[in-house]
Amino acid sequence: MSAETPSKLQKMINAGHFAVTSEVGPPRSADGNVIEHKAKMIAPYVDAINVTDNQTSVCRLCSLASVIRIKLLGLEPVLQMVTRDRNRIALQSDILGAASFGINNILCLTGDHQQFGDHASCANVFDLDSTQLALCVRMMRDEGKLLGGHEFEVRPQMYIGAAANPFAGPNVGLRVSRLAKKVAAGVQFVQTQCIYNMDTFKTFMKMMVDRGLHEKVAILAGITPMKNVGMAKYMQKRVPGMDVPDEIVKRIGGVPKEKQAEEGINLAVEQIEELKGVEGIRGFHIMAIEWEEKVPEIVERIGLYPRPKLAD
Amino acid sequence: MIKAIPKPMEEIIDYVKDFNKLLIAGCDGCVTVCEAGGLKEAKILASALRLYFTQGGRQAQVDDTSLTRQCEKEYLLQLSDRIDQYDAVVSIACGVGIQHMAEIYDKKIVFPGVDTCFMGVNEERGVYSERCQACGRCILAETGGVCPIARCSKRMLNGPCGGSDKGKCEISKDVPCGWELIYERLKTLGQLDRFETPTVPKDWTTSRDGGPRKIVREDLRI
Repeated sequence: MSAETPSKLQKMINAGHFAVTSEVGPPRSADGNVIEHKAKMIAPYVDAINVTDNQTSVCRLCSLASVIRIKLLGLEPVLQMVTRDRNRIALQSDILGAASFGINNILCLTGDHQQFGDHASCANVFDLDSTQLALCVRMMRDEGKLLGGHEFEVRPQMYIGAAANPFAGPNVGLRVSRLAKKVAAGVQFVQTQCIYNMDTFKTFMKMMVDRGLHEKVAILAGITPMKNVGMAKYMQKRVPGMDVPDEIVKRIGGVPKEKQAEEGINLAVEQIEELKGVEGIRGFHIMAIEWEEKVPEIVERIGLYPRPKLAD
Repeated sequence: MIKAIPKPMEEIIDYVKDFNKLLIAGCDGCVTVCEAGGLKEAKILASALRLYFTQGGRQAQVDDTSLTRQCEKEYLLQLSDRIDQYDAVVSIACGVGIQHMAEIYDKKIVFPGVDTCFMGVNEERGVYSERCQACGRCILAETGGVCPIARCSKRMLNGPCGGSDKGKCEISKDVPCGWELIYERLKTLGQLDRFETPTVPKDWTTSRDGGPRKIVREDLRI
């Protein structure tokens, strides 16, 4: 967690507060107002707002333009970038562009395979992977250098993040090693895959803590509230790398349809309360998929609203 | 070896339906091993085409042959005294052989009779899987003898990604996660320490990104 940047998210974490982040998904159109509307709705309740980059390989308004819009509203965005669609020229170019607007947080991702999306017949790029993107951002920030060797003066001041998925089993130890590799590449914060299997997550965290890795990287626990039992089943069966135990599906499905959304929020709140007691957790990343309006309620119920004020 | 699969009969018929004299040219190399383009397949394809023409009430000559290797000029030249009698050739060699045929006999129409797929192994008869993408700079020494470029769907050099599930790739339950394989092999070899060291961005110039590739071995040239 070494390099200091102007990132408000980094300051919040370093001040010892539980950080709260959330995400907005851009529209599949040129309607930038959607981004601004969603961002404004959640802004008072979170420290930073991620914008997803063509998530699940579905073509959308780009994350770079979206984070610029959010930044221009005076809010704190996290630029998600996947390496699936752009080579190192385009990625570095976009990072420089983002930095020119004062974007200070980046989440380095490889991205879902395009077969899941709306352009399954396309070529992919994968010139870099997520770990190499982190290496690249660190080089740009700390050495003022591009991968090609060009040196420059005005450096991007990026707080470097990545994802971690403790549930992409079967081997939790492999997942800890993988995260250790990302940390070695310069990753300073991590937003985890949505947590539903609390036992596996705690095993992962214990292994992180035993190695002292929790002190080198800030781990924000990923939470996604279930809207209904249909979503729970879909996440269980269809979403790559997702581990949704049967108890979760039974719990959401065990209440009448009109109460399922409420039960999903209750579950998310309970999960966060439990995770607050897990050593090494530095905050929460609430991914309310197409349900951003529920973020304020969740943050209020977990007692993390209002957000602490940081000295400038 | 190079792996190929026969093209659908309808597609081949569509190419050749207007010709009267055809040569089906197999190759005794890789495509014979994967039973897509050897002499046996050349004979089967020629018979099928003859049947097609006969059923349509057409008189067409369809001959078959197979060459030792269509990727080598000396073998292709064995056709030089008789290729003129054909209107067109259907080569069922790999894409290399098909192009080489068209290159050597540049006035002859040459159709592909197979789809060339990849370089891979025979898992068992009729089951072939990819192992190498010929990136031109082998890293197998670092990855426990398992290539992440060929065997990870995202050609990650620092995998696995977060999409693998129970050791399988996110694209299919039938595809093993390449990085799970690498991890397990490194563990077997006692080389897990390699796993946590980030691999820097790869120089792709020796891969297809560098443009059409050519090897000139001065030590072998006469």
